[in-house]
Amino acid sequence: MSTQEIIQQFKPQQHNLLNILHAIQDHHPQNYLTEEALEETARYLKLTKSSVYGVAKYYTMFSLKPRGKYVLRVCVSPVCEIMKVNTIIAALEKKLEIKTGETTKDGLFTLEVSECLGQCDEAPSMMINDKVYNHLDEKRIDELIRKYAG
Amino acid sequence: MPFHKNGHRKQNTMSIQETRVILKNIGVINPLNIDEYIAAGGYKGLKKALTMKPAEVFEEVVASGLRGRGGAGFPSGLKQKFTSESRPGVKERYVVVNADEGEPGTFKDRVIMEQDPHIYLEGAIIAAYAIQASMVYVYIRGEYQESIRNTQKAIDDAYAKGIIGKGVMGADFDCNVEIKLGAGSYLCGEELTMLESLEGKRGNPRIKPPFPAETGVFKKPTLVNNVETLANLPGIITHGKDWYRSMGTEDSPGTKIFTVSGQVNKPGYYEVAMGITLQQLLDLCGGMRDGRTFKAALLGGAAGTFVDASMLNEQMTFDNLQKKGATLGSGAVMIFSEDDSIYDILHNCLRFFKHESCGKCVPCRVGTTMLVKKADDLRNGHPDKEKLLTDMVRDAEMMAGTSLCFLGQSPVLPLKSAAKYFSNELTG
Ligand SMILES: Cc1cc2nc3c(=O)[nH]c(=O)nc-3n(C[C@H](O)[C@H](O)[C@H](O)COP(=O)(O)O)c2cc1C
Ligand code: SF4
Ligand code: FES
Repeated sequence: MSTQEIIQQFKPQQHNLLNILHAIQDHHPQNYLTEEALEETARYLKLTKSSVYGVAKYYTMFSLKPRGKYVLRVCVSPVCEIMKVNTIIAALEKKLEIKTGETTKDGLFTLEVSECLGQCDEAPSMMINDKVYNHLDEKRIDELIRKYAG
Repeated sequence: MPFHKNGHRKQNTMSIQETRVILKNIGVINPLNIDEYIAAGGYKGLKKALTMKPAEVFEEVVASGLRGRGGAGFPSGLKQKFTSESRPGVKERYVVVNADEGEPGTFKDRVIMEQDPHIYLEGAIIAAYAIQASMVYVYIRGEYQESIRNTQKAIDDAYAKGIIGKGVMGADFDCNVEIKLGAGSYLCGEELTMLESLEGKRGNPRIKPPFPAETGVFKKPTLVNNVETLANLPGIITHGKDWYRSMGTEDSPGTKIFTVSGQVNKPGYYEVAMGITLQQLLDLCGGMRDGRTFKAALLGGAAGTFVDASMLNEQMTFDNLQKKGATLGSGAVMIFSEDDSIYDILHNCLRFFKHESCGKCVPCRVGTTMLVKKADDLRNGHPDKEKLLTDMVRDAEMMAGTSLCFLGQSPVLPLKSAAKYFSNELTG
């Protein structure tokens, strides 16, 4: 589906902006909003480009630069912290050979942190794209990375 | 002390059971099958509401004593009444379901949305009928993918059955429902900020008043309610206010879902009659994990309060906790043991506020940054730690008095309560 086709699934009303940006970003293989996509969205909703850009920039789930095929979002809120999520992040950084916020050279993984994912009873937790993974430990991390790396 | 269905007062010493009213279908029916929901008594409340006058519906909710489950505990019936009666000339009114659930430690709304989405959808339509709104927006945080999918399925099936859309269940009342997505901003859970976001803008807070009941989404009267609040409505309308008041306490009737996490044997969600104590909740969770010793609970999330063991036997109701300087908030209960550092948890909360501040007003933008810096100093061998901690509490109080929205008023909650119970540890 082209960006145009995605956008046109929605009515041209400003209150659809966040839903549209989600749909475009989810569809992009690099999980981000391109400059052209923002321009097209602005044109469709009859908004200025700067206001669409301002919205995209405000929300942490949107990215304006290319990311990996898989975006890892690790929870760093209190419960995950006491369940030693820091060791999980350290293990991920080591395994993927990147720092938090970076993308692996092969373009597969981006490592990010997130506030509470609402999975606290099964902490520590993270999301990989739209899937949730709980009870993380180093073994589980190894399995997941291997699985996603294909 | 909690009342039970038969009206007997329950002894504190007896072991407490869950009272599943909102969560009654969970694990019993398939959440993706509307027929199973209906067979379990679903949409009866809505059907009954449609035979009543709108005012009779909100009067029943007023009489039930239901209070908002999003954190503030505002009387839900009154809010419906205000929204229904504000600006009489205006035809369009809206219901906005607050499904943003960003408060750390909270996951009750997710459980409802994933496992019984029809119950809060039914509640939302009842609320829409009470205030005569023909549009319901459900604002769900973008991370909650399964909640989004299951809610969308519930909406689609309800349309197919004529439960929503034109002529709700055959009555002379139209109501449409649409999902709006959040995108990773805690602040957008605050009702007025949510309305900005819903309109497709940045999540900058609006100034109160006017309240949403007057000027809400698209500048029209709007009822904003939490998912759990709305999930109470089908039961209240089906069984009536007396049934509802037979559970819980005088000032906090009904049940509450607590989400318990941290150092307990069985973390998870528990729906109990209001009035349970923290100790009883701990017992329900199978006690402290592997025999650890209880040290602290953080009640209500990051914008919540720490308590220590001296509070274990206090009833967790809106008013009682407030009287003791604590909060019920969203029902988040994070349990910590001797091995956990209060400093780390407090630091985490302060970092959270710094991260989520929108930066629009100076006291909050500067204040949240400064509090994290001072918390760092607390760890890094400051010469007078006691004074530093006192300063931090004073700074946070000042922020609370001068910030534009509730986010800037929040850091004082965990900070002051941590200083109250754990100043030795924090300054040691
Ligand atoms: C910073 C902030 C975040 C909030 N987040 C939520 C939330 O995620 N969910 C929610 O229901 N209420 C949240 N609230 C409370 C809402 O502003 C509002 O009081 C609530 O949705 C009203 O619904 P109720 O009356 O049913 O409780 C938040 C408030 C503040 C100040
Ligand atoms: S108090 Fe904080 S979050 Fe609220 S408007 Fe001011 S800067 Fe923004
Ligand atoms: S604290 Fe990590 S999921 Fe809630």
